[in-house]
Amino acid sequence: MSAELRADKRPVARSRRRVRVGPVVMAVYLVFLLVPIYWLIIMSFKSNSEILSSFTLFPDNFTLKNYRTILEDPSWYMGYVNSFIFVSLNMVISLLVALPAAYAFSRYRFFGDNHLFFWLLTNRMAPPAVFALPFFQLYSSVSLFDTHIAVALAHCLFNVPLAVWILEGFMRGVPREIDETAFIDGYSFPRFFTRIFIPMIAPGIGVTAFFCFMFSWVELLLSRTLTSVDAKPITAIMTRTVSASGLDWGVLAAAGVLTIIPGAIVIYFVRNHIAKGFALGRV
Amino acid sequence: MSLRLQSVSKISNGETHIYPTNLELQKGTMNVLLGPTSSGKTSLMRLMAGLDRPDTGKIFWDGADVTKKRVQDRDIAMVYQQFVNYPSMTVYDNIASPLKIQKKSSSEIDAKVKEMAELLQLTSVIDRKPNEISGGQQQRCAMARALAKDVGLVLMDEPLANLDYKLREELRFEIPRLFEASGSIFVYATTEPEEALLLGGNTATLWNGQVTQYGPAMDVYRDPLDETTARVYSDPPMNFVSVRKDGAGVHFPDGQLTRLNEDLASLSDGEYRAGFRAHHLEMSDNQSGSIEFEAELVVTELTGSDTYIHVDVMDERWIGLMPGLQTFEVGQALKICLDPQNFFYFDKDRKLVASPNRKPEESGI
Repeated sequence: MSAELRADKRPVARSRRRVRVGPVVMAVYLVFLLVPIYWLIIMSFKSNSEILSSFTLFPDNFTLKNYRTILEDPSWYMGYVNSFIFVSLNMVISLLVALPAAYAFSRYRFFGDNHLFFWLLTNRMAPPAVFALPFFQLYSSVSLFDTHIAVALAHCLFNVPLAVWILEGFMRGVPREIDETAFIDGYSFPRFFTRIFIPMIAPGIGVTAFFCFMFSWVELLLSRTLTSVDAKPITAIMTRTVSASGLDWGVLAAAGVLTIIPGAIVIYFVRNHIAKGFALGRV
Repeated sequence: MSLRLQSVSKISNGETHIYPTNLELQKGTMNVLLGPTSSGKTSLMRLMAGLDRPDTGKIFWDGADVTKKRVQDRDIAMVYQQFVNYPSMTVYDNIASPLKIQKKSSSEIDAKVKEMAELLQLTSVIDRKPNEISGGQQQRCAMARALAKDVGLVLMDEPLANLDYKLREELRFEIPRLFEASGSIFVYATTEPEEALLLGGNTATLWNGQVTQYGPAMDVYRDPLDETTARVYSDPPMNFVSVRKDGAGVHFPDGQLTRLNEDLASLSDGEYRAGFRAHHLEMSDNQSGSIEFEAELVVTELTGSDTYIHVDVMDERWIGLMPGLQTFEVGQALKICLDPQNFFYFDKDRKLVASPNRKPEESGI
C-alpha cells in the first residue's frame, strides 16, 4: 500500500521540480545568447566617446549618426550591394547545378554513384583558405579578379556539394511513383520537373538557398582575397575600418547590425524546414 | 486494340522477376493478375506500361511493336497501390492534368473532369488538395485521372490494398462499372481470389514470376491446370493429401479406401495428390459416400459469420471453413469428413488430371 503511494507521488514531485528549473535554464541561456547582440545594438546607437568612456546599459545620447554614415557613404553601402550580388549569383548557380545532380542521385543507379556522392562532400572538408591561393592566381590570369561572378563561382565549390546533399534528401522523400505517373500522363521530363517536381520540393529548395546564403554571406577569406574595390563585400570592409583617429566603434557596430538583418529575414522564411536542412534533408 | 506479350522476361540484379511470358489481352476485357505478394504482378504491369524494358521478348500494341516506345507515347494509364496524386494541384487539376497535356480545349477538359468527378463521387471535394481528402477519395482521384485520359490500356496495381474494408467494398463494386463505361483493356492486380472472381473477366494466375494459367475467371477457378494455380486461386489455399489409386479405388495414407464412381474409373493407377477446397471439409457425416478422418484441431479463426479450423490429419495440415461460430478446444480430436466428389486430382508433375467438373478423358489421359 505504502509502496503504491510512493510510486504515485514520485513522478508528480519530479515533474514539479522540472517545471521550476526549465524556464530558468532557458532564460539564462537566452540571456547568454542575446547579450552580445544586445551589446552590438546599443553600441550602434551610441557615440564613440560614450562607448569608450562609460559603461551604460542603454545609450545616454541616442544617435542615428552611425547608421547615417553607412547609408550615405558609397564605400560603406556598396559593400552590402556587392555582397548581395555575389550571394544571389551564388544561390542561383548552386541551385541550377544542384537540382539536376540531386535528381540523378535520388532516382538513378549508375556506376560509382555512391562514391561520387560521398566525394562531393569531401570538398567541404578542406578549409576555404586552401583554395584562396589557386583561385587568386587563376582569376587574376583570366581577368576575373575583383568581379562578383569570381566570388560567386569560388563559393560554388563549397555550396554545390552541400546543395546536392540537401536536395537529394528532400527528393528522396518524393515517391518515384509520382514521376512515373506524370510520365504515364504524358508529361515530358522538363515539364514534369518544373510543373510537378519543383513545387513538391519547394521547402527543400528554400532551405538549400538559405544554406548557400548562410555560407556565402559570412565567408570572409575567399571574398576578401578575390576582390579589391569593385566587388568588395561588407565583411571585408568591416575589417579595414581603422582610420587615423583609431577604430570607429559606433559605425562598426551599426554595420554589424545591418549585416545580421538579412540573415534574420531569410531564416524566418525557412524556419519550419531548417532542421531537415541541417540533417541534409534526411529526417 | 490488343496487347500481346511475346516471351517477355525481366531479370534484375541476377534475379528473375518474370520468366518468359506469352499473354494476349483482347479489346474491352477485364484481366485480373492474381498471385501472392512478390509473385511478379507489379513487375509484369511495369513491363506492360513500359516503365521497365523487358530483357527478352517483345510487346505489341494493336500488332505494332511498342517494346521501345517511351511511356509518354503509349496509350496507357496506371493506378498504383499507394495513392499517387500531384500534391500541389487540386483534385480538379489532378484529373485535368493528362487532358491538358493532350492539348484538349478548355471546355472539353472541363466537361470531362466534371464527368469523371461525378462518376467517382468527387464533385464535393473537387477544389481541395489531395492531402485534404480521405484515402478513399485520394484513390478515387487517382482512378479518375487514369480514366479521364481515355486510353486503350488501364493498369491497376492492387488499387484497393491500402484502403479499409468498407471503402474497399465500395470501390470494388465501382470498378466493373467504370470498366464497362471505358471500353478499354483493364489489367487489375490483386492478391485475393475473391476479388478476381468478383471482377470476373479473365484471370491470369502468377507464381514466382510465371503465369501459370490464363483464361476466363470461372474456368481457371473450376479447373486449375496445376497444383500451383489451385493453391493461388483458393483462399484459404487448397488442401492436399497424397493418395494411391488402383483397381479397387483410392487409398488414403491412413489405410482408408474409397471407391471411385464410373467417370473417374478411367484414371490410370498410380500416386496422385488429391486437393479440395476449405468449404468442402465438413463436420458431420450425413452424406453417403463421404470419408471420415480423425483430425486434431490446431487453430480456430473466427471471421464473424464463419469459422476457419486448422486441423492436422495424416501428416497434412488442412484448413476448413465451418458455417457459424464454432467453439472448439485447441488440441481437441475431431471427426471430419470429405466427399470424394469434390476432389481435384493432380499427377506426379502436379498437373490436373481430374476435377469435380472435368473427367480424366477430357484432359487427355
